[in-house]
Amino acid sequence: MMGTRNLVWNVTKKLATIGLITFTVSDRYATVVPVRGASMSPTFNPKTNSFTDDYVFVEKLCLDKFKFSHGDIVIFSSPSNFKETHIKRIIALPGEWFVNRHNQDVLKVPEGHCWVEGDNAASSTDSKSYGPVPLGLVRGRVTHVVWPPQRIGAVKNTTPERLPSS
Amino acid sequence: MPFMNYIAQWKSVAKEALDRSAIIAKFLCYLHFTGNYLCSPTHAYGPSMLPTLNIAGDVVLVEHVSPRIGKVGHGDLVLVKSPLNPNRNLTKRVVAMEGDTVTYFDPLNSEDSRIAVVPKGHVWIQGDNVYASRDSRHFGPVPYGLIRGKVFFRVWPPSSFGRLDN
Repeated sequence: MMGTRNLVWNVTKKLATIGLITFTVSDRYATVVPVRGASMSPTFNPKTNSFTDDYVFVEKLCLDKFKFSHGDIVIFSSPSNFKETHIKRIIALPGEWFVNRHNQDVLKVPEGHCWVEGDNAASSTDSKSYGPVPLGLVRGRVTHVVWPPQRIGAVKNTTPERLPSS
Repeated sequence: MPFMNYIAQWKSVAKEALDRSAIIAKFLCYLHFTGNYLCSPTHAYGPSMLPTLNIAGDVVLVEHVSPRIGKVGHGDLVLVKSPLNPNRNLTKRVVAMEGDTVTYFDPLNSEDSRIAVVPKGHVWIQGDNVYASRDSRHFGPVPYGLIRGKVFFRVWPPSSFGRLDN
């Protein structure tokens, strides 16, 4: 009787510790998340209707300084629904002027914000619809694809092809 | 065999060091979890929340549970990541939620009041001291995802120790 109670207690303690460590590491250092949807195709999920979504490695150390560069792929919680997490590419950084390649407007990104767009402009909800995104919503930067095995590799921080008008 | 003795001694020292660092690491994980998911102290200063919070700086407790489950509502004091600078936190009051119409006036810029509609997934935050507060009247509604926590208890100064009501 004592023995089983001890065992249960020990297992619970172990599980709680593992949970704590997982939370801490995935919040502060790095985590792995699945990519859903085709908004970043062909960089992620190049085949539509594939059952195997890409899993990507996300590093969190960039959140200390919030220093990003052009073309970085970031995950952030959606400005229109805090429960959703989006994955997009940074097109323009805080305080920059840039040309919106969809309607040729010249825009200035406000301080503390960035302009994000999906690689697949045709099916992507991004800054085109909700405007610049505050950097405070950014949850990490994507560096590698880790699953499926044939797609393992580092992510380039350049857009695959820059179409002049799309 | 003095050599074997030596090795055994080393082993026990290494094991002890490993155990100690494991305890410290666990403790840090525990701190991270409590500070990010449950409750943490913060120092709120500046004139923007007069008369609710003092100008010299109050130490308040912030709980992080309600923002995560979407239980932040009208009149709550919240800790928000500044949309203009992700490294700064603001303490403000939620005045309106998504879909609400707010009538606000900004005595520093204009005499007459203005009307704004809070978009989906956003909140309208304002300081209690409308004369000295930079808030949604300047940078517009902020995404709900920027809310870090709900301020619910004042620890310092001791004279006003106690719950903060809405």
